[in-house]
Amino acid sequence: MIEAKNLTKRYGDKTAVNGLSFTVEPGRVTGFLGPNGAGKSTTMRLLLGLDRPDGGEATVNGVRYSDLPQPMRVVGALLEARAVHTGRSAYDHLLCLAQTQGFGKRRVEEVIDQVGLTPVARKRAGGFSLGMGQRLGIAAALLGDPAALVLDEPVNGLDPEGILWIRNLMKSLAAEGRAVFVSSHLMNEMAVTADHLIVIGRGRLVADCSTQEFIERSTEQSVLIKTPDRERLSALLRSHGGTVTDTEEGDLDVVGIEAPRIAELAAGGGLVLHELSTRRGSLEEAFMELTKDAVEYDAGVPTAGGVK
Amino acid sequence: MTAATASAPATVPVADAHKPTFGRLMLSEWTKIRSVRSTVWSLAILIVATLVFTALFIQMGVANWDKTDPSQQAAMRLDPTGTILGSGILIGQLAVLVLGAMVIASEYSTGMIRASLLAVPKRVPVLLAKAAVFGLLVLAVGEVTAFGSFLIGAPMLNGKAPVALGDPGVLRAVVGCGFYLSLLGLFALAVGAIIRHTAASITGVIAFVLVLAPMARLLPGTVGEHVHAYLPTEAGFLITQQHPRVDDLLGPWQGLGVLALWTAALLAVAAVLLKRRDA
Repeated sequence: MIEAKNLTKRYGDKTAVNGLSFTVEPGRVTGFLGPNGAGKSTTMRLLLGLDRPDGGEATVNGVRYSDLPQPMRVVGALLEARAVHTGRSAYDHLLCLAQTQGFGKRRVEEVIDQVGLTPVARKRAGGFSLGMGQRLGIAAALLGDPAALVLDEPVNGLDPEGILWIRNLMKSLAAEGRAVFVSSHLMNEMAVTADHLIVIGRGRLVADCSTQEFIERSTEQSVLIKTPDRERLSALLRSHGGTVTDTEEGDLDVVGIEAPRIAELAAGGGLVLHELSTRRGSLEEAFMELTKDAVEYDAGVPTAGGVK
Repeated sequence: MTAATASAPATVPVADAHKPTFGRLMLSEWTKIRSVRSTVWSLAILIVATLVFTALFIQMGVANWDKTDPSQQAAMRLDPTGTILGSGILIGQLAVLVLGAMVIASEYSTGMIRASLLAVPKRVPVLLAKAAVFGLLVLAVGEVTAFGSFLIGAPMLNGKAPVALGDPGVLRAVVGCGFYLSLLGLFALAVGAIIRHTAASITGVIAFVLVLAPMARLLPGTVGEHVHAYLPTEAGFLITQQHPRVDDLLGPWQGLGVLALWTAALLAVAAVLLKRRDA
């Protein structure tokens, strides 16, 4: 179990992480969401003892990372920035890490095989593609067969096959009882991977709930109606408490009344409907809405999925 | 999924089977140092450059013997070992300086340091294990280089300033030369650990040895003499002299001790900074 208590980190006069508290439970994938610059990587570096917090504390199973007697057995980490000597082969990179805590060559070969790098294991890591680099980083994280995994943007640079692979890997690691803490700036990616979400913006906690709850809470339901009797229907729905807006295509968009009730009202009033459909707002939009006030670099134009 | 990852440990294992002991860290650092090309290249350059320049300079010294100033002839007769070692090693040592700085600074420039510190979050043992492995490696290669340099130079100098390994002070000078190289490498390693940037650390140590140290000689009076004498390279290299010269402020072992103190002090600073700074 990973725990952050009132975690704070300042760089100069800029507060990167501001009084952040959350818990990452074992047995599930916890998504760590936030726009770029929200403080995700900094938080992970604080958890892993790479940076020193200015306030608060981060612990793993109740112990600070730097006090863990066998760190690789407890936490495996993939950092966003590459942490590999470019002149060393993948095999030697993993071997020198494994040797620090007495893991043998056999374990190194196992993880290389597990991430699918066997054909290039003896090649210099400097020549690896972004996706191969991510796989090597994941292999390093798995070396100690750790109880918890901290993965910073693991799908970065992976091709669709690689993304599917990492999704399944994270799910199976969580199913084995491990705590999996994974950061991303892509809401849709987390929606299909994470069981639980911790959302931050500008270093502060924005949401901490199950993914399902987040989706339900943050996506508004609306009903799209095509009808020849636009004026009368919209007046009728407004009189029943609906919020009706005209769409650009000349249809009606209704919030506040569910589709079956709309059909009943229309039938009661003798109005013809050509189409009646329920729509949910996109998750990505909901995420952007939620972190809107907390986006550090606002490009002015909201571009779905492009907020990095 | 392999068998090992399927075991799913949900709590901290109680067994101490996978603690980072110092022996394990040294093995890890040995893997690191042997698995990058710069190590092989730098050490090859140390040996080759030292032997080539020993032969070249001694050959020139012998060829120009009759044109050489009598006081210099006397100095070479008094200390042929220092003459031999002083000709090639002073060039070859640059490779040790570069490797020493690079061996740690490259971890910072590539980001490898983060992986190293994740594996060993106590941090300081990583620096100590790296220093131990690098120091021992350079000591071994340094001894080979020093003996090689002497064994090439001594026969060439035989007609003018005869010297043998069994002469007083010679073995100490040659063996000590390997220790000098090792300590010098650790000095550069400490600088690399403090500066954390490959190019800047290499420039720093080379500038210190080639520019700052000779400039200290220009300082006036006894202050200048003392400053110069206690500089790490100047003091440390005294170990390669067969006989102390009259104007030396330090003996050979004292000189090497001064270099060792410099190195220890810088390593201590590097350790404190490693513990304190964000990685």
